[in-house]
Amino acid sequence: MIDFESLLNPTAKSIKPSGIRRFFDIAHEMEDVISLSVGEPDFHTPWHIREAGIESLEKGRTRYTPNRGFIRLREAISGFLSRHYQVQYAPESEVLVTVGGSEAIDLCIRSLISPGEEVLIPEPSFVCYVPITQMAGGVPVIIETKAENEFRLTEEELEEKITEKTKLLVLPYPNNPTGAVMRREDLEAVARVVERHNLLVLSDEIYASLTYGNAPHVSFASLPGMRERTVLVNGFSKSHSMTGWRLGYAAGPKEIIGVMTKLHQFAIMSAPTTSQYAAIEAMENGDEDIEYMRGQYDMRRRLILDGLHQMGLSCFEPEGAFYVFPSIQSTGLTSQEFCEKLIYSHHVAVIPGDAFGACGEGFVRISYSYSIKHITEALERMEAFLKEL
Amino acid sequence: MKTDRLLELLREDAQLTPAQLAVMLGEKEEDVRKTIAALEKDGVIRGYHALVNWERTEIHRATALIELRVTPQKDTGFDEIAGKVMNFPEVESVYLMSGGYDLAVTVTGETMSDIAMFVSRRLAPIGGVLSTATHFVLTKYKDGGVIFHSDYEERDERGSNLCD
Repeated sequence: MIDFESLLNPTAKSIKPSGIRRFFDIAHEMEDVISLSVGEPDFHTPWHIREAGIESLEKGRTRYTPNRGFIRLREAISGFLSRHYQVQYAPESEVLVTVGGSEAIDLCIRSLISPGEEVLIPEPSFVCYVPITQMAGGVPVIIETKAENEFRLTEEELEEKITEKTKLLVLPYPNNPTGAVMRREDLEAVARVVERHNLLVLSDEIYASLTYGNAPHVSFASLPGMRERTVLVNGFSKSHSMTGWRLGYAAGPKEIIGVMTKLHQFAIMSAPTTSQYAAIEAMENGDEDIEYMRGQYDMRRRLILDGLHQMGLSCFEPEGAFYVFPSIQSTGLTSQEFCEKLIYSHHVAVIPGDAFGACGEGFVRISYSYSIKHITEALERMEAFLKEL
Repeated sequence: MKTDRLLELLREDAQLTPAQLAVMLGEKEEDVRKTIAALEKDGVIRGYHALVNWERTEIHRATALIELRVTPQKDTGFDEIAGKVMNFPEVESVYLMSGGYDLAVTVTGETMSDIAMFVSRRLAPIGGVLSTATHFVLTKYKDGGVIFHSDYEERDERGSNLCD
């Protein structure tokens, strides 16, 4: 018998599982569940984009691509970033095509962090930053953002956590799970601290194209002096409904992108070829698709926010991504209890807020990446549930 | 008010209430009510109905598309004949077409033979009708923008990407 316990890497072993699995198992086994839990678009990839992928297959274009990705795709990405966010990156040396935004995050942290160095991670946020930091030997330092600040990261909160070992700040905005966005002035305040303490920034802007209201998304890299300190991560999953194509990218100073490319070259070789062909079409001719989907999400966002307010749950107005993050503290239940009761009694699945960090306790994440009919039905059930509590 | 968005929402689901529509469009409920009333009055919105897949019911119902070739009348063109055709309650739609024939007529009846009888006894004898060609609908895969055929119905295949 092999004693695997003694063979496995202790750091890898110590990484906490996400803890949501059990919850999804319940939802999976139940009939008639209405889910508001998924974190991916409900739209299909626009047909012209799928067609570009199909065409490349028909023509037998199924070889490796250059490690960094096709130059035509990197040029298209560079053009997209310039057109939408006023940031300039050289396609030859400052853009890397990755397997989803997730790979870009992994590469960035591994390229920058040496053992013992600290990575600042605002929470609630997506679940990958902490384990990736741990695997790199870094020390995750959590910054708890607050509902009264609409889950924005403030200058004070950031300043408070900085030590001599602080190397990197993760900026996960627009935010999953809260839907929070950082406005220009919020980012400027963060930039001052970054400058003062000579930090680097991993700006995860995967939801950048999904912002609502009057203020368009501001890329952290577009702030004066920040481009040299920032690795910008984005992708196709959310903006073009391309989750399963597994394609994202990183843009940043060529020195950092160079090292990331080296790791990428040995671990991945090159991102999926078919997906890259589709992505060229998405970048070159997909802006209208983004606008259409954004408009649809915005209507659903208003509908679900209004529904939650009417049933007496307090919730700030999220202006990004496709999540709302209402407080359920008025029910006297914990997030886990709330979600369990809701799914068992009324068959509605939402995600407990503490899955995204301890400070998410007292909140639940509700996704509005669903049809209007689906959302109205779920809201009716939730309202009935709250009345019976 | 963004009338195009309002119409698009209603076309997808006419059961949405003015309150829900107002929230989604960022308008006042009262304004939505007024706009809908105006659209109805102006004949932009011509009605609301359920999209029924009769094949899933016990009710017998046959549908046919009928191509009519007609002689346009002096002064009135195709209007007069179209007017006569659409008066029959069996007729669901009448379109003036470009191409090989003139009027496309959708007819429903309890059985195919009912429709055949209707065509030969009612439509064909109308003055100016030169010929008819009846095509029976065998099954409806998609109607009114909605997929009817169960093999092709949309399923939500998304799961959790947060599993351990």
